[in-house]
Amino acid sequence: MKIHEYQAKALLARFGVPVPRGEVAETAAQAEACARRLEGPVVLKAQVHAGGRGKGTFHHAETGEPLMRPGGDGPLPGVVLADTPEAAAALAHRMLGQRLVTVQTGPQGRIVRRVLVEERTGIAHEYYLALLVDRSLGRPVFIASAEGGVDIERVAAERPQAVVRIPAHPGIGFSPWMGRRLAFALGVPPQQVRTFVALAASVDRAFHETDASLVEINPLVRTTDGRLLALDAKVNLDDNGLFRHADLAQLRDTAEEDPLEVEASKHGLNYVRLEGDIGCMVNGAGLAMATMDIIKHHGGQPANFLDVGGGATTEMVTAGFRILLADPRVKAVLINIFGGIMRCDVVARGVVAAARAVGVDVPVIVRLEGTNVEEGRSILEASGLTFQVARDMTDAAEKVVAAAREAG
Amino acid sequence: MAVLVDENTRVVVQGLTGKEGSFHARQCASYGTKVVAGVTPGKGGQTVEGVPVFDTVAQAVAETGADVSLVFVPPAFAADAILEAAAAEVRLVVAITEGIPVLDMVRVWSVLRQSRTRLVGPNCPGVISPGKCKVGIMPGHIHKPGPVGVVSRSGTLTYEAVDQLTRLGIGQSTCVGIGGDPIIGTSFTDVLAMFQEDPETRAVVLIGEIGGSAEEEAAAFVREHMTKPVVAFVAGRTAPPGRRMGHAGAIVAGGQGTAEEKIRALREAGIRVVETPAAIGEAVRDVLRGQA
Repeated sequence: MKIHEYQAKALLARFGVPVPRGEVAETAAQAEACARRLEGPVVLKAQVHAGGRGKGTFHHAETGEPLMRPGGDGPLPGVVLADTPEAAAALAHRMLGQRLVTVQTGPQGRIVRRVLVEERTGIAHEYYLALLVDRSLGRPVFIASAEGGVDIERVAAERPQAVVRIPAHPGIGFSPWMGRRLAFALGVPPQQVRTFVALAASVDRAFHETDASLVEINPLVRTTDGRLLALDAKVNLDDNGLFRHADLAQLRDTAEEDPLEVEASKHGLNYVRLEGDIGCMVNGAGLAMATMDIIKHHGGQPANFLDVGGGATTEMVTAGFRILLADPRVKAVLINIFGGIMRCDVVARGVVAAARAVGVDVPVIVRLEGTNVEEGRSILEASGLTFQVARDMTDAAEKVVAAAREAG
Repeated sequence: MAVLVDENTRVVVQGLTGKEGSFHARQCASYGTKVVAGVTPGKGGQTVEGVPVFDTVAQAVAETGADVSLVFVPPAFAADAILEAAAAEVRLVVAITEGIPVLDMVRVWSVLRQSRTRLVGPNCPGVISPGKCKVGIMPGHIHKPGPVGVVSRSGTLTYEAVDQLTRLGIGQSTCVGIGGDPIIGTSFTDVLAMFQEDPETRAVVLIGEIGGSAEEEAAAFVREHMTKPVVAFVAGRTAPPGRRMGHAGAIVAGGQGTAEEKIRALREAGIRVVETPAAIGEAVRDVLRGQA
């Protein structure tokens, strides 16, 4: 689960990670009041679940036209400076409710509903520090670099020696030597090494105690007055760990998610919306991905990933149908079910019941395979509904691509 | 021969008295698997369809000689269940449970890598050696004994591949679902090494997907150590970056773990990678013909 920067900073601060003083604002008046309390020049940071905000640009929520800084002084980015509370109010007024487009949001951008108003600090150096689970090692690993504030993946690709990696220890936990190794490798001035070690220990504690899958501080800055501060922070939480953190589950912002994905998650369905026009419903994640791939292979574009689970009950299939058909771009649907333990006749009855309940007005191609497949196919054919029954995955993909073209 | 499980395997089911556990234990037993015990704390002394239930795995192992544990315990308690099985020194733990927190698996893995217990999974369909033993939730009847080893991160996509093989008259030595989570107990490489050593296995099907670098590691292993032919498919070419595709481990993150990279690595190792899942069976048939 992704959370906002302001939530990530509050969470890290709880574990002792130093962060800039700041508050989140949902209105221009709140932004002005925040700036006044901070007593000095501030920075306003748009809060969306996407990176690249500093280089991103604002566009009008409805018309899409580019928004300018007050005074027409160039395009308005997602991170801006304000010298006075009045300026903060004017900027917040321009940002809130509008669309921020960054390299990570796609061209449609994200509506900004909150800005983080923070104190400004003099920066002496920018570092990178992260803790994440390394899948190959089967344990969390600290990743750090003296070259912070930039895209760490690019640094790692271009100069691997500029990135330091220290595996955390699952049994012993954090040891100060890990922090020292990182600090000295990064060239942290000796008088700040102890502070750095304490900060790394706090990151480790925050990571483990929240079931995080990623804590990333980029940049971690050394200020001109000799402090270390998490100037930006990103925290991803392990969805599978949320059951033991009811408080953290509250941090979910469904406004940042596709409404159909939010609806699907209520039914326990794995649904990811894509750009194409062929809806697909499949049992099992691997088979669902493979079904998208085979649609593309035959010249079509999948509209979604939808895994109704290995079991595929009537309830799941019905909920899946509703979500698929709620996407106005869907011109044809492919249902691909491999009935294993769950028999094909049961799945077929589910599909028929779901289609009747939902009312389907696009071509539906059904490919059933597995246990009791003949009985399943005859149930579909006898239903009076206009299903096209496919022989195998290739046949199904060809049929659904043709159906989408005809409808197109 | 087969790998991991065979006709001598004796299975203890952790979570036998639950809905999933009892259903699948019955399915395994009717396939011919020796399901010798169940474990549910506090229900020791009961029986489920003739299978004795114990309070602890240690008791079950001592009383019944179980050497493999099949875990259906819910996610919140699954890590503990796996550790209990390892402490009781079963040879193999097959964890079906989906949704175990990744940091729980970090702890489990740090213990298991130093123990004699192998873990398959979690979030997997299990292991089957057709005609001999089924320790998992896969439909047994689509399988057929034969010369092809199957190893996969997926469930139903594996059934799809197995079904194609069986229809072509090609049987399987053992099919291993290694699981869709980011941290799993047994890797592609581990299973490939077993298939290479198994005299019954003549060819291998490897089914990968986006996320992580397990396919790249498998490619390196095949290049260095395998003489048997491998046919592969990698799911998720059309998956968008940064999105989790159903499985907790199926995500392209920071440009890493794309299907293209994996397919390139596998092909560079001389592995035949098919373009669509529908082509797996026929590719294996061609490979086996080439051997004859």
